[in-house]
Order: sequence, then C-alpha cells, then structure tokens
Amino acid sequence: MINESDINRIRSQFPLISGKDIAYLDNAATTQKPLCVLDAERKYYEESNANPLRGVYELSTRATEEFENARAKVARFINAADPSEIVFTRNATESLNLIAFSYGLGKIHEGDEIAVSVMEHHSNFLPWKMVCERTGAILVKIECDPEGNITDEELDRKIGDKTKIVAVTALSNVLGRKNDIKRIAKKAHEVGAVMVADGAQSVPHMGTDVQDMDADFLVFSGHKMYSAMGIGALYGKKKILDDMDPFLRGGEMIETVHWDKVRYAQVPHKFEAGTVNAGGAVSLGAAIDFIESIGINDIGAREHELTKYAMRLIKDIPGVQIVGSKDPEDHLGIVTFTVDDVHPHDVADILGNEGVCIRAGHHCAQPLMDHLGLKSTSRASFAFYNTKEEVDRFIDSLSKVRGLMGYK
Amino acid sequence: MAENGSFYNEVLTDHNMHPMHKHDLEGATCACDGVNPSCGDEITLQLKIEDGIIKDGAFSGDGCAISQASVDIMLEMIIGRTTEEARHYAHLFFRMIKGEATPEEIEELEEAGALEDISHMPARVKCAVLGWHTLEDMLDKAIEDNG
Repeated sequence: MINESDINRIRSQFPLISGKDIAYLDNAATTQKPLCVLDAERKYYEESNANPLRGVYELSTRATEEFENARAKVARFINAADPSEIVFTRNATESLNLIAFSYGLGKIHEGDEIAVSVMEHHSNFLPWKMVCERTGAILVKIECDPEGNITDEELDRKIGDKTKIVAVTALSNVLGRKNDIKRIAKKAHEVGAVMVADGAQSVPHMGTDVQDMDADFLVFSGHKMYSAMGIGALYGKKKILDDMDPFLRGGEMIETVHWDKVRYAQVPHKFEAGTVNAGGAVSLGAAIDFIESIGINDIGAREHELTKYAMRLIKDIPGVQIVGSKDPEDHLGIVTFTVDDVHPHDVADILGNEGVCIRAGHHCAQPLMDHLGLKSTSRASFAFYNTKEEVDRFIDSLSKVRGLMGYK
Repeated sequence: MAENGSFYNEVLTDHNMHPMHKHDLEGATCACDGVNPSCGDEITLQLKIEDGIIKDGAFSGDGCAISQASVDIMLEMIIGRTTEEARHYAHLFFRMIKGEATPEEIEELEEAGALEDISHMPARVKCAVLGWHTLEDMLDKAIEDNG
C-alpha cells in the first residue's frame, strides 16, 4: 500500500509537479515524468548511443542491448510469451494503424465484418473505418448502455460468423470503465475473429496479462505511463505477426534486398523500419522499472481511491452530472462530468485559472458523445502521485463554476 | 480581469446567459456557418442586409461562453450599421485580440472591449474571433455574389 509519506517522496521525483502550485489532473492525456525516467534516456544518449541493430563495434552492440532490454521489459510487464511479440511504435495510435494497414488490408475482404465498440477513441475507430471503406467490409457498432456496460447479449448480436476483427478498449478514456477483454476475446475466437484490445488507458493503471486475456493484439503508449512521448508498443501473437506484411518499408526491416528479390527481417524487426527511437524505448523501460518499484496493483488501488473520493464529493455539487456509471466501483482513474448550462471549455478555463488542469472536449471519442447525447464534457483523471488535497482543490474550484458564470 | 479573478466578467456572462440575438431570423438575406474544430464551437450567423445596411442579424449554435457571448455582442454592435462599419469593427476587434489596439480603439469597440483579456489567452482566441471571422466570410461572399 502507498501511504502519504511515500507520496511526498514519490512527488519529489516529478520536477513538474513537485512543489509547484498546480493540481495536474489530466493524466489520461499524458502523465508527468519522474527524474529516473528522464535520466535513463539522457544516460542512453550520453553513454550508449549508436544506431542500434547496425554496427559491429562495441558501442553499437551496447545500443542494441539497451534497445532489446527495453523490449524484454515490456514483454515481461504485460506477460507476453516472447519479446519478439513486442513491436516498438510511436504510440497506441500508430500501433493500431499498423494492425489496420498490415493485418486489416491484408486479411479482410468484401462482406467481412469488423466489430468496433461505440466507446472507442478515434484511434481505434478511424483505422477500422478506413479498412472497411477500402475493402468493402462492414463496420459493426458494438453499443454500450448509458453506464458504459457492454452486455453479453450485445456481443452475441454483433459478433457472428462474418466477424473477422473485434476492436474494443480495455478501459474507456471517457467512462473510466474497464471492459472484460478476456470475455470479449472468447466471443471473438468462437467465430474465428481476432481480438484487438486498446490498452492505452488500462496498461498504466492495472496489471496486464496478454496471455490470460488472450488478446491477439494489444496496444499502448509510453507517455501515459511516465515515459517520454513518441514511444509506444504493439503486442501481437507471434504466429499472427509472422503472417503479416510489413507496415513501413525501408532500413533495418530486411534480411536481403536485391533488385528482383526482397526478404524481410523476422518479427519484431520486420515492423520497425528506419532508425528506431532507442532513447524512447530506454525511457519506457525505465518507466516500467519505476512502476514495478512501486507495484502496479498499489498504483491502481490508490488511483481508484482518489477516483472514489472525487466522485463522492462531485455528487454533492449542485448542477454537476457524472457521465457513465454513478458507481465509483466502475471507474478507474477517470471521472467525466458535465456542468449544467456551462460549456466544458469554460469549466476547464475557470479551473485552469486556479491551477487545476483538467481536460475538456470530446476526448477523441465523438461517436461515444453522440451515443450518449452529449456534445462535449469535462474530465478529471488521476495518477497515483495525485493527492486528496489536489482533489479537494479541484472540487473547490468546480463548486464555484456555475456561480462565476452567473448562475444561481 | 473581473472581480472574481477570472476573465468571465459581467458583460460576458450576461450575453452568454441572456443572448439578445440568439434566434432564427426571418427574412435573412444571407447566412454563414462558422466552426472551431478544435473546441467544437459552432455558430450559424444570419444577416438581413439592405442597401449596404445591416438591418437585422441573429445567430444559433453551441459553444463556450466566449464564443457565444462574443457573437451576441458583435450583433448588438453591427445591427443598424453599414457593412463597411461592420468590417471596421471586425478589424478593430482582431487588433484588440492580437494585443495591438490602442485604448481609443478599444473604447470604440464598446462592449466588445470586455473581451480584451482574451489577448493574453492563446487557447481562447479562436473562441472569441469565431463570430467575427464568420461575419467577414459572409460579407466577402456577399460582395462576390453581387458581383
């Protein structure tokens, strides 16, 4: 368990929030970075930098080792069967596009169905829409109830013999609700479809076991889990990755290239064309070390506590409505809400004026906004380094919003 | 800054809560949509222009208080004015938002001067100028249409 004295020590490792007059509650957008992560990336460039996977001299070997060690850490962190099942990308968005272009355009045909939940981030919606438009496949909408729950009946209705891909987030970036990927993957596999899980919001906040959930693909971004921006990962089952065409073509993703004949590299390097983001990978590896030094379960437990505390206080503010389930047990680290008569951008601006950073808008999930009958919303999202005092500050500012806008 | 420490002063909140020109305009001679894709603010501006004079105007739409109040204040200023005067006000408004307007020019903008603080808030500039840009687009289009 993380106690308050630990928190002060932990916060002191985050230069951007340590001792600053800011309550940073936009962690679902990106987290702040601890010194150990910043130092690891710097150390890589100071001591081990060469172009990985290329040179035969000692420095290049070291660069390759650092890069591949990071891959092994990612694999272990999500319990992949083998490091070769981890492809480094820029972020979850690029990972999903990789799957859509390589697997989607390669394996999907006219009349096939791709089932996507209505609560997806645009990153797990637009690539599938593209695949459908180009192949003549049909995009099927898996709906949720207003609480964000996807029922078994809905899965039975929408996943059938024609379904070839099922794409669902493991944790909604708006509703803060977990989806049981294991249950959905089972349905997908019953009809021979592959399961694509978006782990951008789940991997930073709960233990992930890709073998247990049996997802065929899982994607996430480093920057939402304390590492630098510009590094992310794609997990894919090896036999599926082996059977896919490359996404980008160029340097370092080949075995041999002749005018008439090309042999691509094995996975994962087949999907890592061009000079890789080795500093970013090292940064992600250091972020995983940092998370593991605290414990992912303890991190998640504290974030859940902060979420419950915030929701309990929000319920007492007149004119503020929580989006999705009213039960705090259904929220992990994310509370989305609306303020009667006040546009979310005004809410975020008033809070921002008092140093409270929250997100306002459609959160890149416009189909979900349409489904819920909302135009836009405000969102507070917590990391374990947040405190109850910060939640109190947020609540205090939020309580004043309607009054400041002239409403009683 | 308003007394409460935010820039949401009384002029702004009043126009947001009780807009005078948020309705459908019968007999409008032109209409134009304005969208601010990063925020989702959207308005439709309608004007009734006769002999180069803006006889009446109205808007509809959805967005933050700044976008909605700004267009309401704008309509209040330009109704009864010539299109050239409206363009002049738009010019002054853009100068104010860029932080380039003189105190006399801000004075000339009357109630729209209440949005002066937006010049220090880059994230809200697009909200404040949405109505005014839509007005400019509409007047440009009206000239093209007439020839």
